[in-house]
Amino acid sequence: MSEKKPFSLPVVGEVDRRTTLKAGAATLGLAAWAAALKPMVEWASSLDRDEFFQKHYRELTREQLQVILHKLTFEARKETGKPVTVKDHKPIPGVVFAYALNLSICIGCRKCAEACHVENNHDRPSNQSYIRVFEMQKGGIDFEKGNTTYDRPVPGKDKYYMPVQCQQCENPPCVSACPIEATWQESDGIVVVDYNWCIGCRYCEAACPYHARRFNWTKPEVPPDEVNPNQSYLSNRIRPQGVMEKCTFCLHRTREGRMPACLEACPTGARVFGNILDPDSEIRWVLENKRVFVLKEELGTKPRFYYFFDK
Amino acid sequence: MSTTPLPALSYLRFLRQSLHVATEGGWVFYTWMFVLTAVALVGANAWAVQVRDGMIRTNMTDHVSWGLYIANFTFCVGLAAGGVMMVIPAYLYDDHEMHDVVIIGELLAIAAIVMSTLSVVVDLGRPDRFWHMIPGIGKFNWPISMLTWDIIVLNGYLLINLHVVGYLLYMRFLGRKPNPIWYIPFVYLSIFWAISIHTVTAFLYCGLGGRPFWNTALLAPRFLASAFVSGPAFILLVMRVVRLGSDLPIQPGPSRLLVQIIRVAAAINLLMLFSELFTLFYAGGSHLASAKYLFFGDHGKYGLVPWIWSAVVLNLVGTVLFFTPAAIQRSKTRLVACLCVIVGIWIEKGMGLIIPGFIPSTLHEVVEYSPSLTEWKVTAGIWAFGLLILTAMLRVAVAVFTDEMKLTEATELTPATEMP
Repeated sequence: MSEKKPFSLPVVGEVDRRTTLKAGAATLGLAAWAAALKPMVEWASSLDRDEFFQKHYRELTREQLQVILHKLTFEARKETGKPVTVKDHKPIPGVVFAYALNLSICIGCRKCAEACHVENNHDRPSNQSYIRVFEMQKGGIDFEKGNTTYDRPVPGKDKYYMPVQCQQCENPPCVSACPIEATWQESDGIVVVDYNWCIGCRYCEAACPYHARRFNWTKPEVPPDEVNPNQSYLSNRIRPQGVMEKCTFCLHRTREGRMPACLEACPTGARVFGNILDPDSEIRWVLENKRVFVLKEELGTKPRFYYFFDK
Repeated sequence: MSTTPLPALSYLRFLRQSLHVATEGGWVFYTWMFVLTAVALVGANAWAVQVRDGMIRTNMTDHVSWGLYIANFTFCVGLAAGGVMMVIPAYLYDDHEMHDVVIIGELLAIAAIVMSTLSVVVDLGRPDRFWHMIPGIGKFNWPISMLTWDIIVLNGYLLINLHVVGYLLYMRFLGRKPNPIWYIPFVYLSIFWAISIHTVTAFLYCGLGGRPFWNTALLAPRFLASAFVSGPAFILLVMRVVRLGSDLPIQPGPSRLLVQIIRVAAAINLLMLFSELFTLFYAGGSHLASAKYLFFGDHGKYGLVPWIWSAVVLNLVGTVLFFTPAAIQRSKTRLVACLCVIVGIWIEKGMGLIIPGFIPSTLHEVVEYSPSLTEWKVTAGIWAFGLLILTAMLRVAVAVFTDEMKLTEATELTPATEMP
């Protein structure tokens, strides 16, 4: 390359003067680019080599996954000083989860949203939660008249309340949207995200008709003493910066036979959760005996989250 | 031919001379390149900070999860597709004057594709995981995800154009007649491919059932119509710069043809826009919410109203100016008309199309968005970088076509290494 020609400044020949100047400009230019990209170098040094080369969750062998879980557990313990364990909860064969919510008795207290916030180690400053509660005008199901920022004693006059979270669609548009299979549906119907695989393009967030997905605009902040130590790889472990996350029906609880945190927190018993393949389950009873409906049925997403009125 | 060295060597010479020519010029050229580099550096720095601190540096939220970056991406794809409006007359209709300058359209396509790719890269939360998108090594959700289609068509279009341009320039540099087998099939392929890049990009949006504002079959045709306005308009500007700034002879014919193409495409674009708006506003209902917010504001929020009315006025004024007889001549009117439609379509397809898809949100919450300083810096940086490579490529192309850069001259430039 012409820039690389040897040059001696005091006796620059006629032909080489331009080349010398160009070489100088190129050097300065490169230095300027290096300086401009310096913040990226700081960030890159915080990255983990093993994580960079980590394969997709579903391609990991049992041993590889164990190593990763150990590492995540170790790091979380070091950071929080709490006895954190990051496990991997697999779906239970013969189980498909569904949720139902009784709109007649929901009072809009947002205890479910708060429980989600705590249970799932959500970012504290943004008060993140997978649940949005809409205060709705009686006389219709019109979200245009809904309001999520109500701030007064509940229940309000002529109002009813509609908590909305991931509908765990049987036909999820977010999964089709993802260009790299970082999100998929598991055999129990729960749609999960591999936080170590997602590139953060947010196409799934645009595709979701229920505003159920959340992006980590920054590194989530949770004070160490508030961290929920019972964590799972695909659900509530503290998420990395720049990736998507979503409600997982608390799979770290429900795949152990417990109820989701939002259900346990509900003071009125408006929430019903269970295995729809079990004919004796409460959720089956609700689906068989109540006139249930789903949100945006016309889109063909087939939600597994049902709403119903008692009276 | 007896003095021709090994093909590999002559290709290296071609590259070396290209580098030489691309960094050679008068003070206007150096100032222009210096300013572009400076803006690109500001953008690169803003992006680096954004990667380190997170996308919190942007004004995007979970309500409006795509912003200026994807808006600019959409426009740049259109710009790239617009170049085909020189290729079609030049090759399908054997317009010889157009044939002489068609390379300008192809170079613009290359620069525009680079800009659209960069616009997507800066929108990623985790650019370090870029390799997850590489087929074979990563996990490529093809054919299900429309985004994978877009990755394929954009990269394909880039490669096709790089090949055609590179081959023709190199042959001219060697002083040989290009072999049609090596480029004509790719030229025809590029015509289909140009249509596909903007169609697939429209499918990214209109394929989403949950976003009624985008979920219309008219989106892809509208994208193409507006691309065939903004692309040729940009080419007209570039041709003027090349004509004034170099010795490359440019006949008035190709520009006239481009103005004719713009006239038709602009009229079709406005007709389709009107058709879309009629359907939305006359039928009403929930589909109207975004359009209402966009044009008139909603729930006391008016963030996009100034944007879209600027776009409407610019597009109308630009279209009317293109229909005046003065636009056929090399005139100020034509210049103003080009600027009007370029800015107008940049807004219409960007801030006027991407943002209202998110406002109101899918659950009808109205959360507004306006780009942050970081987003403006990064976007300006992408444009500067795009114009930088466009200028450098044009410099080389002009040098080759005016025979300033030829294989025979290589001996004069590098006497020490090359012996006949």
